[in-house]
Amino acid sequence: MDLASVYRAEYGRCVATLARLLGDINLAEEAVQDAFTTALQKWQTLPPNPGAWIVTTARNRAVDRLRRESTREARHAQALLLHQQDEPQEVGPVKDDQLRLIFTCCHPALAPDARTALTLRLLCGLEVPEIARAYLAQETTVAQRIVRAKKKIRDAAIPYRVPAEHELPDRLPPVLTVLYLMFNEGYASTAGPLIRTDLCGEAIRLARELAALMPDEPEVLGLLALLLLTEARRPARLGPTGELVLLPDQDRSLWNRALIAEGHDLVRRCLRRNRPGPYQIQAAIGAVHTDGAATDWPQVLALYDQLLVLAPTSVVALNRAVAVAEVHGPAVALAALEDVDLPGYHRLPATRAELLARLGRDGEARAAYDQAIALTSNETERAFLRTRRTELTHPRRSA
Amino acid sequence: MKQYLLSVHFVEGAPTPSDEEMQTMFRETGRINDDMQAAGAWVFAGGLTSPDSATVVRVENGATAMSDGPFAETKEHIAGFWVIKCADLDEALAWAERCAAACGPVEVRPFDDLSQA
Repeated sequence: MDLASVYRAEYGRCVATLARLLGDINLAEEAVQDAFTTALQKWQTLPPNPGAWIVTTARNRAVDRLRRESTREARHAQALLLHQQDEPQEVGPVKDDQLRLIFTCCHPALAPDARTALTLRLLCGLEVPEIARAYLAQETTVAQRIVRAKKKIRDAAIPYRVPAEHELPDRLPPVLTVLYLMFNEGYASTAGPLIRTDLCGEAIRLARELAALMPDEPEVLGLLALLLLTEARRPARLGPTGELVLLPDQDRSLWNRALIAEGHDLVRRCLRRNRPGPYQIQAAIGAVHTDGAATDWPQVLALYDQLLVLAPTSVVALNRAVAVAEVHGPAVALAALEDVDLPGYHRLPATRAELLARLGRDGEARAAYDQAIALTSNETERAFLRTRRTELTHPRRSA
Repeated sequence: MKQYLLSVHFVEGAPTPSDEEMQTMFRETGRINDDMQAAGAWVFAGGLTSPDSATVVRVENGATAMSDGPFAETKEHIAGFWVIKCADLDEALAWAERCAAACGPVEVRPFDDLSQA
């Protein structure tokens, strides 16, 4: 029996359900942690529905705790709890609870940094040190952000609900950002194993629920399509010894055809609405990569040009340069990178190194690889960059 | 229900609104007050005179001292406010949006639970 995997799978759902029942995030978290401690002592074998077991136990624990405490607030909360008699006892976590909690965490009244940190903590069960590592931030800073955000949710009475239709345009972007970041952290972890399938899976599951709730929002469909099309290529991303394999070298037969078909279908559906947004364009790029036997690079470049207009960020400019290299050659791509500034991000020197290597400028390439290696915190990526650097001294590339 | 303070700030040195703009502002705030009352959200509201009319009262070691002028040494002073009661922050923010459209930026601040009767 693997309690750790139950924890990863159920923590977020249970906290979300308890937050609805208790109306208090801190209390919800404490109750769920208590319940997992109890599970550790009591479970000989896995119960048929571990999530429901945790929810029921956590709820009973919370009621006990409230009975013991005697502040006015606690009595008030207790009264509310005891009056919810119509609530069935053995409820499994309700899926909408999680969306409700995501929207609460991503409320525009909270600081953007706090939104992500809080969502990763409450819905993904990530610990503060993990979140701090993911954002290259101090643990104390992240911890304070989370504490402050939870306090504001309580003190200002930020409601637990999915906003009404007319509020969505304002409320949706941070939610999409959080799901996107959650997936990215799973797909290319800042530290530890390169891929964290649990985080990727959770981000996709939540994006699916969001899409079911808001089927008319093209960016929601775009994000889901993007995640599916990226996830579809995951089985080919690592080689036999766990080494990183880049897109052009991947064994396409390993790609997940069902996810690709679903992603393509979603891309067609959202683009038909003719309200393009950054997620839809990125999904379209993913669709081009997964269409046919080889990537149609001119089409990818055209999409990146469009993306750069909608989202003129340095990261987009960097990714666009990769497509430029395929269409117009490494020298043009290198020139396109000249004004790109991404301090601390290893992918900029890594991309520059690849382009320099293709141009045969080995000395400069080696220096750029060194820069990239120094900035990478993930062991798999570091190993990949080291290999590339070594290959410079054994020239085998013809381009 | 929770109570929220919606405050409007006067910034020293900012251009004073014209008479016509003031009239529009008064008309719109009057309308907001009516709507708040009709919705049962209105508790109390008012506009304040300029900060130079303020006096600070202090009691130190049993002695009372008074000084002319506002307490905070700042260029932004509270110029008017609403106290409203709402189910949650989203309701308060919806009112704040209307107030801000009429009077400029509005700070929304929840009352401490213990101070709410």
